[in-house]
Amino acid sequence: MNTETTRETDTRPDPLVLGDRTFRSRLLVGTGKYSDHETMNAALAASGCEVVTVAIRRVDLSSEDNLLTHLDRDRYFLLPNTAGCFNAEDAIRVCHLSRELGLGDWVKLEVLGDKQTLLPDPIGTLDACKTLVAEGFKVLVYSSDDPVMALRLQDAGATSVMPAGSPIGSGQGILNRNNLAIILEQLDVPVIIDAGVGTASDVTIAMELGAEGVLLNTGIAGAQDPISMAHAMRHALDAGWYAARAGRIPRRRYAQASSPTEGVLGE
Amino acid sequence: MIEVLLNGAAHQLASGSTVSSLLDQLPIEPTAVAVERNRQIVPRSLHSSTVIEVGDHLEVVTIVGGG
Repeated sequence: MNTETTRETDTRPDPLVLGDRTFRSRLLVGTGKYSDHETMNAALAASGCEVVTVAIRRVDLSSEDNLLTHLDRDRYFLLPNTAGCFNAEDAIRVCHLSRELGLGDWVKLEVLGDKQTLLPDPIGTLDACKTLVAEGFKVLVYSSDDPVMALRLQDAGATSVMPAGSPIGSGQGILNRNNLAIILEQLDVPVIIDAGVGTASDVTIAMELGAEGVLLNTGIAGAQDPISMAHAMRHALDAGWYAARAGRIPRRRYAQASSPTEGVLGE
Repeated sequence: MIEVLLNGAAHQLASGSTVSSLLDQLPIEPTAVAVERNRQIVPRSLHSSTVIEVGDHLEVVTIVGGG
């Protein structure tokens, strides 16, 4: 038996290292928009994720229901986001509340600039990132796919820069491979592609480009069968991770026979 | 009774209420929330000793699903 082959088929992608933490999965999954908590938990399990994002909102004064009672804190690392914040001050406020909620110092920073596109406000994002890093937060920053902005966020001390593949919830996948490839080449901190993923192949493309991980929510939660899609996303991520390290063949304009050209019958 | 603004809406409370006594009246577990009073976080350790005043702006937040 070829032991090398056996070993290879048993491996999983290397764990994801962010700051001083190591995570078993490179897929980070949101907890929004599921039809019910059961479906959410089944989808999270099928995705194999460890990091799950959550939002912070005013308590519904008429309901006992709380997401915290539905998430296994031993299994999942909760990463609070600042979704819905349109300036640095509000985002920082949410991070302080998150700390008070006992969620620790890790945050997914989003400072949005426009309600229709939900694209990030680069100036507010950078300001908030600087302040939060100075306050000891580990900041995973949602960004546009602008390489210069990504560098600025790295310089500001971001633990991870997370450029969007395409607008949040749009399902358009990876729109600017060139910019993402530049970001991946230029940054030293881990880059996670966040937002826009519509289906499994988008995750594979992101990983083939060299991303350290992918963060998504609607792509799973909004699918007709979220559990099957979560399963697909997990394997798509693994596929992309291996492909990125396998050294793909170059693209050619013309065909190149894969069977021997010698000894063909009738020649 | 006193009136405060709780999560953006008018809310009646017994005078002398503390943050703890307010949270006890809400359906959610007090351990699952964070509280701001007039834009300042009230740490959990101070919930029982923080008396709510007329006109206070209170925010009680928790985690919800999000991406």
